[in-house]
Amino acid sequence: MSSQLLRFADWTSPVPPVEREVLSALPEGPEDNPPVLFVPGLGHGAWAFAEHWLGHAASRGFPAYSVSPRAEGSLRAYVHDVVQVAAGLPRQAVLVGHGAGALVVSHALARYPARAAVLVSPVPEGWSALGAALRANPIGTLPALVGAAPRLSRRQLFGADLPQADAYHARLRAVPARIYRQVLFATSPTSPVGDPPTLVVGSPDDRVVPRAALDRTAARRGGAPLLFPGMAHDLMLDTNWREPIDAVLDWLTKELAV
Amino acid sequence: MPDTPDIADRHDAVCVIGAGGSGLTAIKNLREHGFAVDCYERETSVGGAWNWRHDRSPVYASTHLISSRPLTEFPDFPMPDDWPDYPHHSRLLGYLERYAEHFGLGDSIWFGTEVVAVTPVGDGRWDVTTRSTGGGVERVQRYAAVIVANGHNWSPKPLPVDASAYRGELIHASAYKDPAQLRGRKVLVVGGGNTGCDIAVEAAQQASAVWHSTRRGYWYAPKYLFGRPADQVDNRMLQLRLPLWLRQWIYHRTLRLTVGDVTRYGLPVPDHRPYESHPVVNSQLVYYLGHGRITPVPDVKGLQGPAVELADGSRIEPDLVITATGYLPRFEFLAPELVDMDDDGKPDLHLHAFARKHPTLAVIGLVQPDAGLFPLAHWQSVAVARWLRLRVSDPDRAAAVQQKESARPLRSWTRLRVVPSSRHWFEVSHTSYLRTLEDLLRQMEPA
Repeated sequence: MSSQLLRFADWTSPVPPVEREVLSALPEGPEDNPPVLFVPGLGHGAWAFAEHWLGHAASRGFPAYSVSPRAEGSLRAYVHDVVQVAAGLPRQAVLVGHGAGALVVSHALARYPARAAVLVSPVPEGWSALGAALRANPIGTLPALVGAAPRLSRRQLFGADLPQADAYHARLRAVPARIYRQVLFATSPTSPVGDPPTLVVGSPDDRVVPRAALDRTAARRGGAPLLFPGMAHDLMLDTNWREPIDAVLDWLTKELAV
Repeated sequence: MPDTPDIADRHDAVCVIGAGGSGLTAIKNLREHGFAVDCYERETSVGGAWNWRHDRSPVYASTHLISSRPLTEFPDFPMPDDWPDYPHHSRLLGYLERYAEHFGLGDSIWFGTEVVAVTPVGDGRWDVTTRSTGGGVERVQRYAAVIVANGHNWSPKPLPVDASAYRGELIHASAYKDPAQLRGRKVLVVGGGNTGCDIAVEAAQQASAVWHSTRRGYWYAPKYLFGRPADQVDNRMLQLRLPLWLRQWIYHRTLRLTVGDVTRYGLPVPDHRPYESHPVVNSQLVYYLGHGRITPVPDVKGLQGPAVELADGSRIEPDLVITATGYLPRFEFLAPELVDMDDDGKPDLHLHAFARKHPTLAVIGLVQPDAGLFPLAHWQSVAVARWLRLRVSDPDRAAAVQQKESARPLRSWTRLRVVPSSRHWFEVSHTSYLRTLEDLLRQMEPA
């Protein structure tokens, strides 16, 4: 059983520091809202949120940031980077993780008392992630079964009507199989510190994360997922990107008022 | 008992005394557990001992961490990972200020307000008397619980010899702030702890002559071993759960091979085994001994006229004597029996934190770990917050926890095999202590 109090890994071999890529969009005037930190999934970078969501969150009065996963990373290093960036923000931050980034956020929540947490199209842990990917993209996923890195297809991530789909797909970085294994098959994260309110957002038409997995993830946090039918896995890059982020910020505004 | 009308009842709110590192983490964790908190701070800013502007701050210009950054930071608010291994005290203050800002703790703190008295009113609740620091009208408010976080490094321990007939300058280390105080003078530094060694090293760089008086031999650990901060290396042994005798043997061997035989410089042989006294971490002391810049001398026996008499009968005539004798805990606002204080002034608290006869009184940060204090203070305050919550939400379970805790053996959480000295009243091994706290936290896990 791993201890929350005895952190020998951090005490004896701390994660080495790196220059982290953090993009941000800040509201015009002084705002009372907490900062929101967006965490992309595997293969994506901070740019995926800078396209639409950062600017939109800022226009609604939320200081918005996103952090890229480090090169040569590991699950431990990703979690470390998220906590480092969050703790470096002026106020207690809201963590928003997308895809496998939602898993990174779940681990980070055990290390940092977030003001609130949002899991967007959260990739489920373990084999169920693989099963869903296999159904949606058998050819891209088959290599994963023999220990190689899976490939996410354009169709899985983006809607057919998205004009920039090819350009976005070209920006994705290949991620070694080792990282996929680490992130998907890590020991389940311990419960979040500080008991933050948590929201799960997704699409029933997501071809990476099945509907049933969304329900399970949300149920574990005592709720139901907020669903946006017709959207693809990358909600933040979809033609309808505005709907989910507005819903997230509405929910946040309501939670903060409590 | 009828309420006097001038007592403001704060109902379920908790009172925290002090806004240093321990007080801040107490506020944060209590609020996280849903408590309203009023914190009273006698100074006008946060940071406690780490704030050099405060009267009671013991830091001097060159104070750096003794434990390395990962073993010192709050577990849920890490220091920036590009900071050095042993940050300067000014960074520590910045860190505490950011912690307070990040979690919006300022809303709960009443600055410039000191606590004059804390008295139980019988039903587990407390009357807390406060006033503006240094005087003014007193005000009494009633709280559901009181958390004391007033620090234990501000009330200097007096030198155990009579200094009334001494004509030279004699100051306690708490009054030492800047190396300019040493420049060109003949300096005697008394005390072999971390502060005493730091000041002796500074004197070696500034003063015209330096004597360093220690009562016994110590194990002077270097700050780095094998290219890593020494405490990180030591924690590798703790991680492997090596038995104490083996760790003592490895420690001894490593010190022999790296630092060498310190008796060559005239230092006494340690009268205890490694890990039986609070760690003294200083790489430079031995260096300056080797350069003849520091002359080791025995214990001080008397101070008379211009001279200091030493235990071996010799006399020296320094211009300045700095006594790094350490500090004693002080709770001038509490009746001694509330914290089961003995005649020497040592409080007796369960896990060095919980008052034994008052379930709603706790002290945070009154431990001396072989690592940084903040992680322990954090988990102590989480435990206190959970305990206070459990008492209200599930009194039966709380009673069961209390029953079980009363049977917890002392040796499981405190160090018993240490050199007997007030220096070691609160000495703990951070790993045993945190293991015990984790066990307690599990018992109080919210259902």
